[in-house]
Formats: sequence, structure tokens, C-alpha cells
Amino acid sequence: MRTCLIVDDSRVVRTVARRILEELQFASREAGDGQAALAACQEEIPDFVLLDWNMPVMNGLDFLRALRQLPSVRQPIVIFCTTENDINHIQQAIEAGADEYIMKPFASDVLQAKLVQVGLL
Amino acid sequence: MQAADFQFLSALIKERSGIALSSDKTYLLENRLGPLAAQRRLNDIAGLVARMKSVRDEQLIRDVVEAMTTNESLFFRDGKPFELLRTAILPRIVAARPKERPLRIWSAACSSGQEAYSIAITLLEEEALLAGRPVEIVATDIATSMLIKAKAGVYSQFEVQRGLPIRLLLKYFTQKGTNWEIAPRLRSMVSFRQHNMLGECAGLGRFDIVFCRNVLIYFDEPTKKGVIERIAQVLAPDGVLLLGAVETIIGLSTRLEIVPGAAGIYRPVGSGPRAAVA
Ligand SMILES: C[S@@+](CC[C@H](N)C(=O)[O-])C[C@H]1O[C@@H](n2cnc3c(N)ncnc32)[C@H](O)[C@@H]1O
Repeated sequence: MRTCLIVDDSRVVRTVARRILEELQFASREAGDGQAALAACQEEIPDFVLLDWNMPVMNGLDFLRALRQLPSVRQPIVIFCTTENDINHIQQAIEAGADEYIMKPFASDVLQAKLVQVGLL
Repeated sequence: MQAADFQFLSALIKERSGIALSSDKTYLLENRLGPLAAQRRLNDIAGLVARMKSVRDEQLIRDVVEAMTTNESLFFRDGKPFELLRTAILPRIVAARPKERPLRIWSAACSSGQEAYSIAITLLEEEALLAGRPVEIVATDIATSMLIKAKAGVYSQFEVQRGLPIRLLLKYFTQKGTNWEIAPRLRSMVSFRQHNMLGECAGLGRFDIVFCRNVLIYFDEPTKKGVIERIAQVLAPDGVLLLGAVETIIGLSTRLEIVPGAAGIYRPVGSGPRAAVA
């Protein structure tokens, strides 16, 4: 079973995403901010990270930069999923090493299409 | 809806567009034509039919037909055809042709243009392969409103997120409020025209590659046969036809055959390399 880490400070969003991902046969873990997410990745690297931008403690972009520095044999695929919908944010995310970007509000078929694109489905 | 009204409407729609509606599609007619009737200040579908029978209102007929088209589309739909275009079809056709000869591609029943632009993006991403060769993408549909949208090349956030990799969105679109507009360079590669698949298509010229995806599903067998026959007539001898993931022309054409190992891709009979083995 593929593994994913859902990183979002909204429990509602995490629950919705989790439901969709579990239906797609992903084993999910959750984190409420970037720092918790980094700790979770240090414990075990997931196959992919679904990542919000605005979060307390450590935001998604800082998390992604730190993640890409981790001395790890394998890096997860990272898909941003955020209401930051302007081209500058998207550009920054891609430069920091994001593989895909979903602009909220997100629909489950968009998530599914992105997972197909990055080769996870 | 009265059975007679259903019969009148479905016969008209079939004659004008080929779209075949069986009687279990009554709900579809009601859902799509109810709003049109209201817009025309007619009480209901019976009123719409009465109006159509009493005066020759060509615009109304066209609106009815257009309302019955299903225009669902997305960028890089099903992925595979565009992958094959890039890795197999383009390299072969490019290698076989003199450099000056323009490459002509037809997106038949293009709806709101995502298919044509996906083709254009694929070509631009393979610019080195094309080596300056002129390219023309002709995209056609029966629905006026779809052609207007396609020409504008402006898509909602939802539309660009279905099938379009983010890297390509950044590269080929600009943001306009909550919408995304396709780059002028891509737009200039595609010419959109109104064309009914029931009519002759010789006027569109000869094509190296034809995408005719997710439209045959709406037609009955004789209509499908006619459409395929007309496509075969404009397809270059070494050209290919790409159909939708659930479509097949097996048993419908003697002029086209499946390309071995490539599901959904067809070529003129006898154009392929003779089997190397056996
Ligand atoms: C489901 S869309 C397919 C769009 C695109 N080819 C794709 O695969 O995503 C079907 C399109 O066929 C068009 N159509 C239906 N009957 C037609 C006809 N007789 N001639 C031309 N277009 C037709 C409709 O207007 C609609 O836009």
C-alpha cells in the first residue's frame, strides 16, 4: 500500500483528503503544521505529501525547503494543495521542489488526475 | 414529456447532428431543453415543440441541437494518445516527410478546445523534433458556443487543473483573475471552424493526424460508418486516426485498420510496414 502524509492545519480538510486518499488505497498519516510534518518525514518517508501553504509554526513552503534538504535515500512526491492561487506562489512552490500544485477549492477528481500525472495512480 | 414530442425532437436532433437519443433519454431532453424553453419564454417543452412546428425558426433548431450536445472535455484526456503522439506518431511522420511540408492535424469535435491545445502544447514541447516545420491544427465542432469558448482560450481554475501538469500551466498560460488564458503562440497554431461531422469534410483539406475522440459514442452505427468513411477520405495514406478510450471502429470500416499494439489508433489499410517476421 502506498503511503501519504496529509499536511494541513484544518482538521476538516485533513479528514476530507484522508477519505479520498484511503478510497484510492493510500495509507495516510496527518500533520497539522510544517514542523510536525517534518518530524513525521524523519520518522518515515511517505510516498507522497499533500501540502497546505498557510499553517502555524512552519508553513508549507518552509517545510518543503527543509524536506528537500533532508539526507534521505528517497524523496517523496509533494503536491501542494492550497488557496494560494496566484502564479507567484505556484512559481515559488515549483522552484522549492513541489511536483504538482492544486488550487483550492479542490475536487476529488482533480486530486485523482494529479496523482495520475505524477505516476502515483 | 409527450411521446410524440420526444419523437419529434429526437428525430430532428438525429437528422441535424447524428446524436441518437433512445427513449430512456427523455430525462436528458427535459433537463437540457427545459431551460431553453424558459429562455424563449415558452411554457414548457410542449410549447417549444409547438413553436418549432408552427414557424421555421432556424436559430431555435440550432439552439435545440446545440443544447443536446455533451461538451465535456479536458486537457490531455486519457494521457496515452498524447504520449503516443509525442513518442511514436510525430517522429514517424516527421521522418517520412520533406521538411517544408506542413504537418496538418485535425481535432474533430473539439468542444471547448482542450484537445486542440493539448496537441499544440505537445508539438511545442517537441520543437526540436519538428525543426521549424510548419504546423496547422484545425479544430472543429458543431456547437457555436463551444467554438467561441475555444477561440477565446480562457479556462477556469477547475478546467486547467484537470489534466494539465502545473509546469505546462505555468509555461503556456497567463492568469486572468481566477481564470487562465492560453498563450497567443498556442492560439495561433489552431484554427477553429464550425463543421458538422455529418457533412463532407474534404473542404478541410488532407490531414496527417486526426483526433476524433468521444463523439462517435453519441452516434448509431450507420452514422459512425459514414463519419469514419469521410475521415478516411481526408487521411494521408500514412496518417493516423485516434479515437476515444472507449471507442472502436472494428467492424465499421474496411478502409482503416488498427495499428498493432496501439489501442485506439487506426491507419489506412495497407499503409503499415509489412510484417517483418513471418
Ligand atoms: C464529449 S465532447 C468531446 C471533446 C473532445 N474531443 C474530447 O475528447 O475531450 C463531444 C463534442 O462533439 C460535438 N458534436 C456532437 N455532434 C457533432 C457533429 N455532428 N458534428 C460535429 N461535432 C459534434 C459536441 O458539440 C461536443 O463538443
